[in-house]
Amino acid sequence: MVNRTKLNWSHVTPKPLWLNRRALIAGIGATALASPALAKIAAKPSQFSTDVEPNTLEEITNYNNFYEFGWDKTDPAANAGQLTTDPWSVTVDGLVDRPGTYDLADIMKDRPLEERIYRFRCVEAWAMVIPWIGFELSGLLNRFGVQPSAKYVAIQTLLRPEEMPGQRAGGINWPYVEGLRLDEAMNPLTIMATGLYGENLPKQNGAPLRLVVPWKYGFKSIKSIVKISLVAEQPPTTWQQLQPSEYGFYANVNPEVNHPRWSQATERKIGGGFFASRQETLKFNGYGDEVAGMYAGMDLAKNY
Amino acid sequence: MARLDAWLKRVPNWAVWLAGFIPLAWLIWLVVTNDLGVDPVKEIEHRLGKIALWFLVGGLVITPLRSFVGLNLIRYRRAIGLLAFIYVVLHLMAWAVFDMGLLMSQAINDLFRRPYLIFGISAFILLIPLAITSNKASIRKLGANWRRLHWLVYPAVLLGVVHYLWQMKVIRTEGWIWLVVALLLLATRIKWPGSSARSAPKKGPSKRQQAINAANKT
Ligand code: HEM
Repeated sequence: MVNRTKLNWSHVTPKPLWLNRRALIAGIGATALASPALAKIAAKPSQFSTDVEPNTLEEITNYNNFYEFGWDKTDPAANAGQLTTDPWSVTVDGLVDRPGTYDLADIMKDRPLEERIYRFRCVEAWAMVIPWIGFELSGLLNRFGVQPSAKYVAIQTLLRPEEMPGQRAGGINWPYVEGLRLDEAMNPLTIMATGLYGENLPKQNGAPLRLVVPWKYGFKSIKSIVKISLVAEQPPTTWQQLQPSEYGFYANVNPEVNHPRWSQATERKIGGGFFASRQETLKFNGYGDEVAGMYAGMDLAKNY
Repeated sequence: MARLDAWLKRVPNWAVWLAGFIPLAWLIWLVVTNDLGVDPVKEIEHRLGKIALWFLVGGLVITPLRSFVGLNLIRYRRAIGLLAFIYVVLHLMAWAVFDMGLLMSQAINDLFRRPYLIFGISAFILLIPLAITSNKASIRKLGANWRRLHWLVYPAVLLGVVHYLWQMKVIRTEGWIWLVVALLLLATRIKWPGSSARSAPKKGPSKRQQAINAANKT
């Protein structure tokens, strides 16, 4: 029935699921489903996509650690609806030639959107596969003119307690901040995601703009970004500040580096059923070929 | 209060047991109807842990209820304690079977390396002899030692609560509330110097001994 030319997520989701979801979301007939162009966001397939079957949209949007909206994994789905994502602007500052506050449309202008089907691994030892849509962070940073003295990128989430109930509760020093070494930020695997499953990013997943660093634990992939700073020194990061013995700056997925709370040797696949849903953790979450070189000579047990 | 007390006296023990299994039945219902969200494994594990905590702490409420409020529920205490133990066992099994997927070497390794699991398993180990001796024959056989043995419920509950707090990445208000409640309940057991009312001196039968006697009669 179909003449699919582009490789997109419809190729990796079992068709019945896919048809269901499309019909649900768009409320349209089966014939119209044929064209990949139907996805609201046109995104090119990527060589970096895994061919592992992604989790369902339901799973991806109802199991989120986004403490700005509450402690439980279902809280973001329940509470993120109130977040205003339009208008949205991102401040770029620090060691760049063209600092400023840019409108989201400006940020996204000319960014080539790709679909990146990535493995996603939480430090809590669960894993998903997510069909993100986004663009490489390197292209965006280059637009601002990164100065040679810049060694790190510091990124910040929106601080808006009126719309983010978790920020009204204590426990974490808001706003959430994260960071990457410049070479990590420039790695082609590192993307800014603006959508998933062919649609705009759901709010509970970090709309309208979030980082995705697939070889690191999920907490590095900061959501709802409002600020990007190029800096010379390693920036503070939220979890490292909270519990430095448990969460490091690098946070590379690594089965050999033990975490005080969770053995990282195995991970539980969300959607894997009741029995035997554990699988081996892959070093760098399976992205070693692309990223291991950046850490050559580093003691990864020390730089966890 | 006396009327409530009299009314409660008529509640048979089996009714307490039946009520105690309602949370389990509800959980099974949610599993069967696929209503536990996208990660039923964690949800089952967490719910069982929370139910266990309710029963454990609930068991500690009984003595102060009698001494401060005048409500005597001592005859249901054994059922409540055993229910708590059953839920801890189910919680542990959910962890071993569903969460760890029976990867026993990793599970056992984890058990001794993760502080929160050390607290949890210690609580469980302390509860084992209590569960085994929660019957009339043991009470009779152990005599005063039964009371000494069952003192272990205090450290067990405390370890359970610490386990619960420790498994949180950031301790939330709810966690602190559980800790404060548990500590307050434990504080009611302390024999404050000068307060003679609640804990009789060694010679006469203590309140607890009376409680055991009461337990014997049911
Ligand atoms: C007296 C004994 C115990 C009590 C009262 C207890 C209670 C709890 C509670 C209340 C939770 C959190 C539930 C929630 O967040 O809603 C929990 C989590 C947990 N407990 Fe226990 N527990 C006990 C013993 C154990 C034992 C013996 C084990 C395994 C050996 C265990 C393994 C776990 C695990 C794996 C979690 C989840 C941690 C996570 O999701 O990161 N617990 N427990």
